[in-house]
Amino acid sequence: MSQSAVDVPPKGGFSFDLCKRNDMLTQKGLKAPSFLKTGTTIVGLIFKDGVILGADTRATEGPIVADKNCEKIHYMAPNIYCCGAGTAADTEAVTDMVSSQLRLHRYQTSRDSRVITALTLLKKHLFSYQGHVSAALVLGGVDITGPHLHTIYPHGSTDTLPFATMGSGSLAAMSVFEAKYKEGLTRDEGIKLVAEAICSGIFNDLGSGSNVDICVITKGNKEYLRNYMEPNPRTYVSSKGYSFTKKTEVLLTKITPLLERVEITEVGEAMEE
Amino acid sequence: MQIFEYNGSAVVAMVGKNCFAIASDRRLGVQLQTIATDFQRISKIHDHLFIGLSGLATDVQTLYQRLVFRHKLYQLREERDMKPETFASLVSAILYEKRFGPYLCQPVIAGLGDDNKPFICTMDSIGAKELAKDFVVSGTASESLYGACEAMFKPDMEAEELFETISQALLSSVDRDCLSGWGGHVYVVTPNEIKEKILKGRMD
Repeated sequence: MSQSAVDVPPKGGFSFDLCKRNDMLTQKGLKAPSFLKTGTTIVGLIFKDGVILGADTRATEGPIVADKNCEKIHYMAPNIYCCGAGTAADTEAVTDMVSSQLRLHRYQTSRDSRVITALTLLKKHLFSYQGHVSAALVLGGVDITGPHLHTIYPHGSTDTLPFATMGSGSLAAMSVFEAKYKEGLTRDEGIKLVAEAICSGIFNDLGSGSNVDICVITKGNKEYLRNYMEPNPRTYVSSKGYSFTKKTEVLLTKITPLLERVEITEVGEAMEE
Repeated sequence: MQIFEYNGSAVVAMVGKNCFAIASDRRLGVQLQTIATDFQRISKIHDHLFIGLSGLATDVQTLYQRLVFRHKLYQLREERDMKPETFASLVSAILYEKRFGPYLCQPVIAGLGDDNKPFICTMDSIGAKELAKDFVVSGTASESLYGACEAMFKPDMEAEELFETISQALLSSVDRDCLSGWGGHVYVVTPNEIKEKILKGRMD
């Protein structure tokens, strides 16, 4: 271990301890590993009463599908949700961090969070890392000033739009929006349009797939419809299952019995007045 | 050559009915030469929580030591064991802290949570959690493991059947990977006992 004998939890932020060693390994010819990316189609649109966000559920690691049903719509505040595309660890970490900052801000100001607050916190963080924190986000919510929808790019630029798409499937989804979007959509029309846009991403983009997640945010209310549509069920499931003709040969078995887990509730005496 | 292919590894975890199984191969190599055939990739954090680490062996051991340290601190402060979900968040935070110079390993975490509900998850090398309800895989043999587990997995298996399934999936996958193998190491954990088994596999 280094000079400090105790590995105390650090004050926060990134630590660059291993960079030198990893550089040395790369120079010796060892290629760095690939990170989990969410290939993704994420969309958002503003309808009559609020905002609808949609996302697919596939997470990829290179060409392999690592997670067939991951969650890409992240909670930021009771009235604000954020969809994330790009490197999965970055989107999760950045949305968690800003969500905590928003909660502390709510406690300090005794007011509901505003979408523009979340936007500013996110873009400041992403810009300061000059795009190396690879998170592309669609942020939507309804606050006291009305419904808002924004897109945030990994380098920190933002757009405010009535309908938005991001991710590798964004072109497929945008084509659906451009053809069919109009102002003043009702809730059902909006959900149907978002589902159609995500499906076009799922079926036409290789980086997106599996199911459709939808989140509807209105004034004072939110509905998270996880797996709203499952257009890709597993086919050919054998009812018998797999039968193994030859059992595995075991060389050594060690059984450790565990004690029953007992919940001990301390019964103490009441404090004297 | 990829950094993850320097030592070679295969780790898989599966969920059963009120139990879980976690298995790994046993080879430790330096590129194409085998140095050890009894390398420990799966380690116990507490009675109902195991972590299997694949990837660069030096980071596997360092990360394991750091995690055991943090868990012992937690035990001293909270006077109880860490829940698997909490532990997964801890590992994710420790890995993400090194986002721009990461630990070159991928953990597989398996544990029994409240009400003996099994919990498994894996992460990439910078801490992106991937929770699954059926199985998770990691290592150089991961592509074969994905295929084998998809075919062989059934929901709600009892401990015996789960052991057989995970062993068959592991051994058939590592047979198709030069860098992992030389036997298998399986832990099947139910609320009452931990069964540790060493499997006989192809030694090539």
